[in-house]
Amino acid sequence: MNQGGITTVAYLVAGVLFIRSLGGLSKQETARRGNGLGAVGMAVAVAITAVAWASRGTEGWSMAILLIAALTIGGFIGGWLARRVEMTGMPELVAILHSFVGLAAVLVGFASYMAPGAAAFDQPGAERTVHLVEVGVGIAVGALTFTGSIIAWAKLRGTISGKPLLLSSRHGLNASAAIAIVALCVPLVLAHGTSGLPYLVTIAILAGLLGIHLVMAIGGADMPVVVSLLNSYSGWAAAAAGFVLANDLLIVTGALVGSSGAILSIIMCRAMNRSILNVIFGGFGTADHTTTGAFAAVPVGDVQELKLDGVAALLRDAKRVIVVPGYGMAVARAQSSVFELTRALRKGGCEVLFAIHPVAGRLPGHMNVLLAEAGVPYNLVLEMDEINRDFPRTDAVLVIGANDIVNPGALEDPKSAIYGMPVLEVWKAKTVVVLKRGMAAGYAGVENPLFYLTNTRMLFGDAKKSIDGLVAAVKASS
Amino acid sequence: MPETVRIGIPKESAAGERRVAATPDSVTKLVAAGFSVTVERGAGEASSLGDAAYEAAGATLGAAEVVWSSSDIVAKVRPPSHAEVAKLSEGTLLVSLLQPERDAELPELLAKRKASSIALERIPRISRAQKMDVLSSMANLAGYRAVIEAAQYFQRTFSAQVTAAGTIPPARVLVIGAGVAGLAAVAAARALGAEVRAFDTRPATKEQIESLGATHLTVTVEEDADGGGGYAKEMSDAFLASEIALFTSQAAEVDVIITTALIPGKPAPVLVPEAVVSAMKAGSVIVDLAAEQGGNCSACKPGEVVVHNGVTVIGYTDLPSRMASSASRLFATNVVHLLMEMGGGTKFRIDLESDVVRPALVVHKGDVLPRPPPKAAASPATPAAKVDLPPPPSSKSSLRPPPAEDLKPLQQNIRSPTRRAWGTTVGGLIVILVLFVAGRFAPPDFLQHSTVFILACFVGWQVIWSVQPALHTPLMSVTNAVSGIIIIGGMLQIGAGLDAASVLGAAAALFAAINIAGGFLVTERMLRMFQRGRE
Repeated sequence: MNQGGITTVAYLVAGVLFIRSLGGLSKQETARRGNGLGAVGMAVAVAITAVAWASRGTEGWSMAILLIAALTIGGFIGGWLARRVEMTGMPELVAILHSFVGLAAVLVGFASYMAPGAAAFDQPGAERTVHLVEVGVGIAVGALTFTGSIIAWAKLRGTISGKPLLLSSRHGLNASAAIAIVALCVPLVLAHGTSGLPYLVTIAILAGLLGIHLVMAIGGADMPVVVSLLNSYSGWAAAAAGFVLANDLLIVTGALVGSSGAILSIIMCRAMNRSILNVIFGGFGTADHTTTGAFAAVPVGDVQELKLDGVAALLRDAKRVIVVPGYGMAVARAQSSVFELTRALRKGGCEVLFAIHPVAGRLPGHMNVLLAEAGVPYNLVLEMDEINRDFPRTDAVLVIGANDIVNPGALEDPKSAIYGMPVLEVWKAKTVVVLKRGMAAGYAGVENPLFYLTNTRMLFGDAKKSIDGLVAAVKASS
Repeated sequence: MPETVRIGIPKESAAGERRVAATPDSVTKLVAAGFSVTVERGAGEASSLGDAAYEAAGATLGAAEVVWSSSDIVAKVRPPSHAEVAKLSEGTLLVSLLQPERDAELPELLAKRKASSIALERIPRISRAQKMDVLSSMANLAGYRAVIEAAQYFQRTFSAQVTAAGTIPPARVLVIGAGVAGLAAVAAARALGAEVRAFDTRPATKEQIESLGATHLTVTVEEDADGGGGYAKEMSDAFLASEIALFTSQAAEVDVIITTALIPGKPAPVLVPEAVVSAMKAGSVIVDLAAEQGGNCSACKPGEVVVHNGVTVIGYTDLPSRMASSASRLFATNVVHLLMEMGGGTKFRIDLESDVVRPALVVHKGDVLPRPPPKAAASPATPAAKVDLPPPPSSKSSLRPPPAEDLKPLQQNIRSPTRRAWGTTVGGLIVILVLFVAGRFAPPDFLQHSTVFILACFVGWQVIWSVQPALHTPLMSVTNAVSGIIIIGGMLQIGAGLDAASVLGAAAALFAAINIAGGFLVTERMLRMFQRGRE
C-alpha cells in the first residue's frame, strides 16, 4: 500500500474515533472512554501526519526540530493550563482555546497562500478561483473566531464590562464589513501569484474587527450562547482550513465540532425562548432597558428578609430541599460549601436535590461541572424538565445566586422581557429562600416578582459566607 | 409635633379565652415603629407570656383601667364586653374582632363613647391585606387543632403500624371544605400519617388538595361554587343532595370527618345530617369547625363534645385559643401589620380612602359607618399559599402569593423533535440547492470535499443531540481539543526551508497543540470529578 493510502486509512480511523468520542460523551458512564478515544484519534492523526511529512523527504533536520519544538511547547502550555484552571474559570479557558483554533486557522490560511509553489497557483480557471475563495473564507472565519473569542474571554474574566456595547449603527457596520470581505475576494482572485496578500490581510483585519464588534454587543447573560457559537465557529474554521488544504480529516472534524457548537447554541437559545439572531444582533436586555435603568432595580414592593438562624430552622424542618444554583454561586465560589450543607442536611434525613437550568452559569453545563468538582454525586443533579414537576412536593428551595432562571414573570407576564423563557418553577414549593447579595436585577435587567411572593424569603449577603453559616447552624442543631 | 401614639393591650375577659393581642415580639416592633405600648398586668399569662418579657420588650405594665381609658388605640382579640366599652375614652380606636352580627348593640355603644372601631374580621381578603388577615391565621390553626382534637378522641393510631403483633391500617380522614382551615387540616392529618380525602365545591381547590397528598373528591353535578373572597357560595338543592349522597357513602369508609364549610353571613350548611352520622362506624370522630355558626353536623353542640350512637362529635368553638401561644403570636403579628399599614407610630391616621381600612371600619369618631359594597370578587390569593406558611413576623408589605395555576405561555419544548426535523429538512434543501449551482461550475475536487463535509455535519448533528446537558461543558472542552486537528494543517505547511509558510505553519501547530493537550486533559480532569452517589 502506498503512503497516500495509509494516510487516508489512518485519517478515516481518526475520524471514526472522533465521532465515537463525541458519542461517548452523551452519557456519564461512557464519557471518560469517549475522551480517551478522542485522544487516541488525535494521536493517530498527528503521528500519521508526521510520518507523511517526514516521508516527503525534502525537509531537513532543522525543520523537524522546529516541528517538534512547536508541538512540545504547545503541548506543555496546554497541559499547564489544564492543570491550573479552576472550575469556576472553565468558561474563560474554553473561550481562550477557541481563540487558538481561530488563530491557527488564520495562520494556516496565510501559510498555504504563501507556500512556495503552492499547487493551486499552477492550476487554471475555476480551481484556482475556488481555492483562493476557500483561503479567503478560511482566514475570515478564523480571524472572526480569534478576536471574538478574545473578547468573550475578556468579558468572562471581567476585564471588559459584561454590559453590551451598542453602537447606534451597529447593524450597518456589521453588514458593510461582511460585504467588504466578500468584495475583497474579487481582487484576491484576480491578483497574480502572491500579490493578493494585501487583500488577504485586509480580509483578516476586517473579519477580526467584525468579531470584536459582534461579541462586544452581547450581554453577559448571553455568554453561554456566545461561547457555544464560538465553539461552532472554531469548528467551521477548521473545516475551512480542510477545504484549503484538501484534507478530508480536517473537514470531517471541523464539521463535527461546528455542528456540536451549533446544537449547543440552539439548545441555549431555546432555553431562553429566543432565536439565535435575536441573541447575536439583539443586544438583549439593553436596547429598551438601559434607558430606563436596566441594572438599577425598580423595587415593586417590600421583601421578607430572614436571617441565618431563620433559614437554618427552615431547613432543619424540611423533608425535601431543592438547591437552584446560578452564576452567583460560581462568583462566590460557594460550591464546596453548598455540598457541605447538602451533606449536613442529608445526614438529618432530608432529601436534597439540585435543579439546573440550561442557561445557568456562563457555559453550557457550567453548574454541573462546579457541583461535580465539589463532590456532588451527579444523580442528585437534575435538569429543568426532570425536576419542574417536583417543586410542589418540596418544602424548601434554596436559590443561590440565580435570578432570571427562576422568574415567574417569564410565564405569567407577557410584558416581561423574558416572557416565554422556560424557567424553574420554584415558587410552587412551600418556601423559597433566595440568597442574594442585594436587590439588583438579574443580568437580563428584568425585575423578578419571585422576591415579593408570600412564600419567598430573602437571605442577603455573600453566598459562600451565608452557606457556611447555614452549615454551622444545621450541624450545631443536629 | 403630636405626642406618641399609645397602644393599650388589655387582658381578655371572655371566659376560656387564652389569647392576647400582643406578644413581646410584636411589642418590640410596635415600639420600633414609634408607638408606646401599655400591657395590662397578666395579659399574656394564659399564652405563657410573662409580664417581665413585655417589659423587657419595651412595654409599660398597667392596670386594666389605665389600658382602657388612657390609650389612643386598644388592641384585643375578642369583641369587647359592654362594660369594657364603657371604659373607653373619646377618640380611642378599638382594634379587635367585633362581630356586630352577633351583638348589634356594640357599634351603637362604641359610637356613644365617640370611639372608632376596626373589626378585624372585616379586613378584605385581598392580596395586600393577607398579612393582616386574622381569620386566615386563626383558621389555619383551627384546622390544625381539629386534627389534634380528633386524634385525642379517636382510639386508633393515625398512621399505619406494622408490628410483630399485627398490622394496623392508617386512619381515613375526610375533610369537607378546602379553605384555609380545611387545607391546614389536610396537611396536619397527612403529617400524622392518615389517609386523607378532601371535598370542596370549588374546582380550583383540586390542585391544592392534591399538592398536599390527599385525594380530591367530586360530585357529578357540575356547578362552580366560587363565591369570591375565598369562600364558597350557596349551592343548589340538587347539588347539596348529591353532596350528601357522597358523604353518606364515604361515612362508612372513613374514621374521622372534619367539616369546615362556611358561607359568609349565613348559618353553616348542614352537610353531615343524622343519616351520615349513623352511617359511621362506632368509635369514629367528627370535628365540626363551623360549630360557632350552628355547625355542619346536625349532631353538633357548639362548645361541647357529645357522643352520638358511638360517634364522638366535637363542637369546640375555641380551637385557636387552645393553642394560645401560637395563636397570640399570629394574631399579634396581624395587628402589627395593620397598624403599620395605617402609618406606624409616626404617621398614624385612619385613612377613609384605604381599601384595607375602610371596609373594616365599623365606627368612626362616634359615627356608625355603613358597610361599603364589596369590590367585585377580588379572589383572594389562593388560600392554599397561606395555609402552608402564614406570613412570619418579619413581613412588611406588598407581598403577593405565588401563581398557583400551571402557567404555560407560548414556548417550545427544548429539543422538540418536530422543530428539529423542520430545521434539518429546510437546511438540507438549501444546501442541496447551493450544491447544484456549485456542481455546475466548481471543480470535482471541491464537490467531493463538500460531500464529505455535509455528511460529517449530519453525523455530528445526530450524535450531539443525545449528549446530556450535564455533560455540555466537557463536550465543549473535548470539541476544543478535537478542533485542534488543525494541527495537521500547520504541520503540513512546514516546508523545506525557514520561509514565511514554515514559520506560520509552525506557529499554527504550536497553538493547535495547546488546544489538544489543554482540551483533552481538562476534560479528563472534569470527568473524573463526576461521580455517582452510592445510595
